[in-house]
Amino acid sequence: MTVETKMALTEQDVRSYSAKMNEADWMADFRADALAKAEQLPMPKPDKTKIDKWNFTEFPVHAVESASYSSLDELSEEARALVDKDQQNSIYIQHNNTPAYLSLSEELKAKGVIMTDIFTASREHSDLVKKYFMTDGVKVDEHKLTALHAALMNGGVFVYVPKNVVVEEPIQVLFLHDDEQASLFNHVLIVAEANSSVTYVENYLSTVEESKGLANIVSEVFTGDNAQITYGAVDVLAKGFTTYVNRRGVAGRDSRIDWALGLMNDSDTISESITHLVGNGSHCDMKTVVVGRGKQRQNFTTEIVHWGMDTEGFILKHGVVKEESTCIFNGIGRIAKGATRSNAVQESRVLMLSEKARGDANPILLIDEDDVTAGHAASVGRVDPMQLFYLMSRGISQHEAERLVIHGFLAPVVSKLPIEGVKKQLTEVIERKVR
Amino acid sequence: MATLEIKDLHVEIEGKEILKGVDLTINTNEIHAIMGPNGTGKSTLAQAIMGHPKYVVTSGTITLDGEDVLEMEVDERARAGIFLGMQYPSEITGVTNADFLRSAINAKREEGDEISLMKFIRELDSKMEILEMDEDMATRYLNEGFSGGEKKRNEILQLTMLKPKFAVLDEIDSGLDIDALKIVSKGINEMRGEDFGCLIITHYQRLLDYITPDTVHVMMQGKVVKSGGAELAHKLEEQGYDWIKEELGIEDETVGLEV
Ligand SMILES: Nc1ncnc2c1ncn2[C@@H]1O[C@H](COP(=O)(O)OP(=O)(O)O)[C@@H](O)[C@H]1O
Ligand SMILES: [Mg+2]
Repeated sequence: MTVETKMALTEQDVRSYSAKMNEADWMADFRADALAKAEQLPMPKPDKTKIDKWNFTEFPVHAVESASYSSLDELSEEARALVDKDQQNSIYIQHNNTPAYLSLSEELKAKGVIMTDIFTASREHSDLVKKYFMTDGVKVDEHKLTALHAALMNGGVFVYVPKNVVVEEPIQVLFLHDDEQASLFNHVLIVAEANSSVTYVENYLSTVEESKGLANIVSEVFTGDNAQITYGAVDVLAKGFTTYVNRRGVAGRDSRIDWALGLMNDSDTISESITHLVGNGSHCDMKTVVVGRGKQRQNFTTEIVHWGMDTEGFILKHGVVKEESTCIFNGIGRIAKGATRSNAVQESRVLMLSEKARGDANPILLIDEDDVTAGHAASVGRVDPMQLFYLMSRGISQHEAERLVIHGFLAPVVSKLPIEGVKKQLTEVIERKVR
Repeated sequence: MATLEIKDLHVEIEGKEILKGVDLTINTNEIHAIMGPNGTGKSTLAQAIMGHPKYVVTSGTITLDGEDVLEMEVDERARAGIFLGMQYPSEITGVTNADFLRSAINAKREEGDEISLMKFIRELDSKMEILEMDEDMATRYLNEGFSGGEKKRNEILQLTMLKPKFAVLDEIDSGLDIDALKIVSKGINEMRGEDFGCLIITHYQRLLDYITPDTVHVMMQGKVVKSGGAELAHKLEEQGYDWIKEELGIEDETVGLEV
């Protein structure tokens, strides 16, 4: 059965938005086609979370206009804390739906590195964007939300690193949200060609009390042969959003995609992170930390799919669930036929801080090949009273002891974030959320 | 001078009485040793002094300079000056040894009077040197992956950094080879002095070759059944516990053996 949903926007609306954003013509057609599909396609079915009553389709306005910044000094204090002004040469900032600030070092420009907002990219780097945008990574017709994303995309960034170029300093992207009417349909597209490498770090920072909008976010990340992408993210979207966030990697031969994701939304969230190890010898390390609080409902699927031979995938998830929140952690290691000598390992740890909190760790191994290694470990537990006793026996208060244990529990991911300011922010967000 | 005084202490674990009236007084500047066969309640005494939630005091008192220790939470006991070197220290992932130690030191100090990082590092370095610990032990996660001997050394490191008034050391010598035993003893002897009293729980005399106790107590069936000087430990080493049992008419040394 297909459910037909009448979309809030018409074909004409998305075409005129595309024209207003000065996109390439093909993008307008792409959107129109996606909109038609969105009306027909079914919703995704995240394992163990019922989302039929969640609102993923209604929102106040398609895009809001916000101020851009002429210098980093104009950022709010919270946003400024994320940026190391003296060192951060390559940075893109989006303010709600408005491309608001862009700086890319001359050196990187000279080497052919591209960083620009997604609208401009569709026009100025049309061939590249057309090649990668929702084709081999996330497909338009996976389900209603991917199609809706393609139709309504109202922000995002394109990062391109040519062959043999090593970008030493991390590239930073801030998605600042301070308008409760705004919805975020952001698309991040990162392509690292053969033998190149780049570290990309993004922050979602919501500073409104409660949002009235939707977040439907897609990231697509591609590595060429022997390339490397390190992707760090800290998501802090406000309560009120309904969030769908899909981060997808496609790895070429002997390449490497590493993720360190701090998923700290206060909204109900469906998060899906899948990396396809297509090339032989490719590698993915996927680390996530999550804190759920209040009445938040969240579902996190992390999956690594082994297609190539000798591929290695490591999933590490640590989640803290408190109050009455629910977090489902689905970890999937999939090894396709022919992916000989692959290794799929995953570990999920959930720490529950209250009686009413619910945490579920579901490790799944789907293996179609004999000559492989795979393993998983999962646990759901409470703060160990022996650990608290030990810390308290040294004079540390119970509250502080719990704080230490929780931070320690999340440290394996936090410590992996490549930008100091972002690491610090994640630590502070965790502090705030678990207090 | 400070005094830790235990009077007629009765302690239960999961409804089973383990300590059946322990009396013990320790002053600063004194080192006491408790010896006794396995399962007689030595660790129970140690845990009850520190306030382990599983160990329930049903009657009797513990006071520190007249203050009711049993009324205090575990962390308050520590801040009042009691330390327990544990037989099985917990492992805590993600928290470095150094961060943990600094939190513990600062927990005792007033806000705004935290130990300076420089001073802390200097002190940590010098104590680790005395205990012949690898530098990387400071940045490793607390007790995680430490060998048995490393954990014991780390307990003594905490002791020397936190400088409590009274330390209870529960089988700090078990699992140590002779070199490690000497090092650990050196650490404890460093603490000896007017501001420090210690209760050493062991069932081997050999630790007491390096740390001469002022008083030796023998624990059996949940009670202190005999006390004496350092020579008592030697006698126990040579002759075992049978002569005490005979002397006191004790049939079996374990407590509460269920039928
Ligand atoms: N958690 C527990 N639950 C039940 N009995 C316990 C527990 N811990 C210790 N005991 C019992 O208490 C008695 C004393 O134990 P313990 O104080 O550890 O002895 P010691 O340190 O002298 O070897 C033993 O009989 C032991 O089996
Ligand atoms: Mg014992």
